[in-house]
Amino acid sequence: MNRSPYLTDAPSVTSIMLRVLLALVPGIAAYVWVFGGGILVTLALASVTALSVEALMLKLRGRPIRMFITDGSALVTAWLLALALPPLAPWWLIVLGTAIAIVLAKQLYGGLGYNPFNPAMVAYAALLISFPLLMTSWPAPLTLAEIQLGFVEQMQFIFSGALPTGVALDAVTSATPLDYLKTQLTLNHSMEEISQSSIFGSLGGQGIELIAAGYLLGGLYLIQQRIITWHLPTAFLASIALIAAIFYLADASRFADPAFHLFSGATMLCAFFIITDPVSGPTTPKGKLIFAAGIGFMTYIIRVYGGYPDGVAFAVIFFNICVPLIDAYTQPRVFGHEK
Amino acid sequence: MNAIVNISRLLKDRLAKTGLSRFKGGVHPPQHKLESTTSPIRSVPVPKYLVLPLRQHVGNVSKLQVATGDHVLKGQLLAKADGQVSAAVHAPTSGVIASIGNQLIPHPSGLPDISITLESDGKDQWIERQALDYLAMSKPELLDHLREAGVVGLGGATFPSHIKLREDTRHPVRTLIINGAECEPYITCDDMLMRERADEIVRGIEIMRYLLDAEVCAIGIEDNKPEAIRAMREAVAKSEIAINVIAVPTIYPGGGAKQLIKVITGKEVPSGRLPTEIGVQCFNVATAYSVHRVVNHGEPVISRVVTVTGNVAHAGNYEAPLGISISELVQLAGGQAEDGDLIMGGPMMGFNLPAVDVPVVKATNCIIVPSAEMFPDPEPALPCIRCTRCADACPVNLQPQELYWFSKSQNLEKAREYDIFDCIECGCCTYVCPSNIPLVQYYRYAKSEIIAQDRAKEAADIARERNEFRLMRIEREKQERAQKHAQKAAGAKAETGADNAVEAAKKAAIAAAVERAKAQKAEVVAKNTEAVSPRVEAEIAKIEARRAQQPEPLRQPEQAQLFAESQEAEVTSASSQVESLQPLSKDKQPTEEAK
Repeated sequence: MNRSPYLTDAPSVTSIMLRVLLALVPGIAAYVWVFGGGILVTLALASVTALSVEALMLKLRGRPIRMFITDGSALVTAWLLALALPPLAPWWLIVLGTAIAIVLAKQLYGGLGYNPFNPAMVAYAALLISFPLLMTSWPAPLTLAEIQLGFVEQMQFIFSGALPTGVALDAVTSATPLDYLKTQLTLNHSMEEISQSSIFGSLGGQGIELIAAGYLLGGLYLIQQRIITWHLPTAFLASIALIAAIFYLADASRFADPAFHLFSGATMLCAFFIITDPVSGPTTPKGKLIFAAGIGFMTYIIRVYGGYPDGVAFAVIFFNICVPLIDAYTQPRVFGHEK
Repeated sequence: MNAIVNISRLLKDRLAKTGLSRFKGGVHPPQHKLESTTSPIRSVPVPKYLVLPLRQHVGNVSKLQVATGDHVLKGQLLAKADGQVSAAVHAPTSGVIASIGNQLIPHPSGLPDISITLESDGKDQWIERQALDYLAMSKPELLDHLREAGVVGLGGATFPSHIKLREDTRHPVRTLIINGAECEPYITCDDMLMRERADEIVRGIEIMRYLLDAEVCAIGIEDNKPEAIRAMREAVAKSEIAINVIAVPTIYPGGGAKQLIKVITGKEVPSGRLPTEIGVQCFNVATAYSVHRVVNHGEPVISRVVTVTGNVAHAGNYEAPLGISISELVQLAGGQAEDGDLIMGGPMMGFNLPAVDVPVVKATNCIIVPSAEMFPDPEPALPCIRCTRCADACPVNLQPQELYWFSKSQNLEKAREYDIFDCIECGCCTYVCPSNIPLVQYYRYAKSEIIAQDRAKEAADIARERNEFRLMRIEREKQERAQKHAQKAAGAKAETGADNAVEAAKKAAIAAAVERAKAQKAEVVAKNTEAVSPRVEAEIAKIEARRAQQPEPLRQPEQAQLFAESQEAEVTSASSQVESLQPLSKDKQPTEEAK
């Protein structure tokens, strides 16, 4: 019998997933600071849904429930989707999205390790296409809103859609910087005018840049913990920065600067938490660079020329399809082989 | 020529500065070497019975030279090398051949193999031993001597050393590397040998260098063995030849031959090739030591140092006579074990012994007596999440996650395409896998499946060729006979003038012969298919119909040529069979030397 090696020293899948959740904490803290405690409700709702639906699906598929429910992967999917959805999205949207992610994008493909697409992004894209209005209506950061909703009021809004009496919906929502930029540019306003708006911060969107910084911090922790490698985030951010710089240098009045693109929308979340999903991503070092750079490029193009304010979800799904091809053509040189 | 000189000078400079390269990947498992290095190498009393398998090396089974009841002396030849790729087996003590037959051997297969059982007479009486004046001998003579003394690679691969020491004019060896890296956890037999017998090792290296005429000589030792490095440095200082003792970084599997060569020379041994192709040859320190014993003391290989460690009272190194039961050795070290418990080799590449009473063989470098806490059963495996930790750890730069996928889905061609045969089975991938997937076992399985399929295909090809040729030969003979008849008839006609009646008779005879031949042919075709079920008959009819549709491949004049070709094909397929075995043993070499 030959079962060597007898020694192993590997973190469990659970511990990897838990550290990913931990890495999201700075971003979530910033989120609470900027948009209020409603996101915690969203996270809890998504988590409960994900675990229940996953358990149900495992039971239906006749798979060991305990082993897979404790791997933590469903929670990661749930949190990523929750953080990508607009804050104060109605409860049913969160539940529906999480169910799509777990049932359609994960379990129907075979569960952990078998999903060809990023489950959170599949759910996000499905919701965006189905409920474009809900998915693009963001509340204003608390510092900018005319009326600031408290935690209880946010919770009420999520579950019943009811605002406190006398508060109009307009008073709590606002366009996101990416959205605003897009509409203003179509009105032939120049970048200089547009960036005068209070929703712009020093780097990206007011408040949103702080959340992005939180994700960046968490991402660096993941690299330090060797849970992700530098390849994906670096290539993705470099690709967005590069293409944004080219457009910006060509016409600064019509294109935002690279820093804005790095610190707006879902760029940082995408760089460290979304495209780094190992299951649906490429495995070779070169492949990772191509994959991430491609997503960065496509994200920018969709942002600037596409019909949606942010293009992360579509870009990720598109490049998920390309993964087998990318892997096949980027096999590294094996020891003792010619180049 | 100048280029070669320049390259070798560069290499020398490189070695002089010990500017080392590194290989990709590798892991740092806990070493557990201290347990077995606290006391010196212990001698082992000669046991009552010794079991000596005739196959303790890579290559042909050695040829038996004794019979049951024979009295033999210590060091006497029991079985001699059969051909070049083989090595001899000797009596580790004096005594009587008690029996010759199948016995369990320490091999992962758990299958028995032919072995000699020697009953000790307690006298431990040597044959006449004679040191060789090797500088006065011809090299082939010296090599034959090593073969007859049973010298094989003691790092674990047990490849006959005389073959690796042969001068190869096409690939002259410029760099001789002695492997003292010993990268596997728990194993310390090379470490202790270097600490205690450094001078003898150097004597052996001198002989090896002489045989290969190598320009550069280096000993690679992992830097977790400072005592061994110091001892070897002191020993080489006394040597007349220049030998570099190089402290290489401690990283598993840095003791794999190809990995060590890369670290020391910066060059990669081409895939599926031997190190000699880049002018390097590599031997284990224990092999150098046994070369010294053979040449300078006239003692054949009859013992080796074995690390006994783990759950034992006296972990340490034991100079064990070959053939001693491993259970005796474990008892000596103050341990107990049950069948299936013991591990031979290290925890990364070793295997579970089929039983505790298998003998120590030339490949036995380490016996680990595990406790339940040392190597807990692996957790249930989860699906692969493609995290590529395995790819990062792979010292050969393979993509283990892809190979796993292909092996699991029986996509063996794809596994081959992704270079599964470059896998050295070092276990790094399994070591780091968060999903607890026994990756190496999948690769072992896939490799053996591919080899089995290749063999089956080859055998089928040979059988088909033989059958086709046989049918063709029968046909040709018939045609020749018919031609002869026709010629005779024509000749008769010329002699006797036109005699229509005779000619008609002859024509009729020829026609009859052709008829007979046709009938015979039908018979020949039908011969194998008598008494078969209707289903099989239908199948045969289908095949025949298909054959009939195909154009006849070769015409008569080409048949002679085909005959020659088919013979050649047989020869080449036979030799390719040998070759198909060889890459395996080549692969095995570095792999097992990793121990």
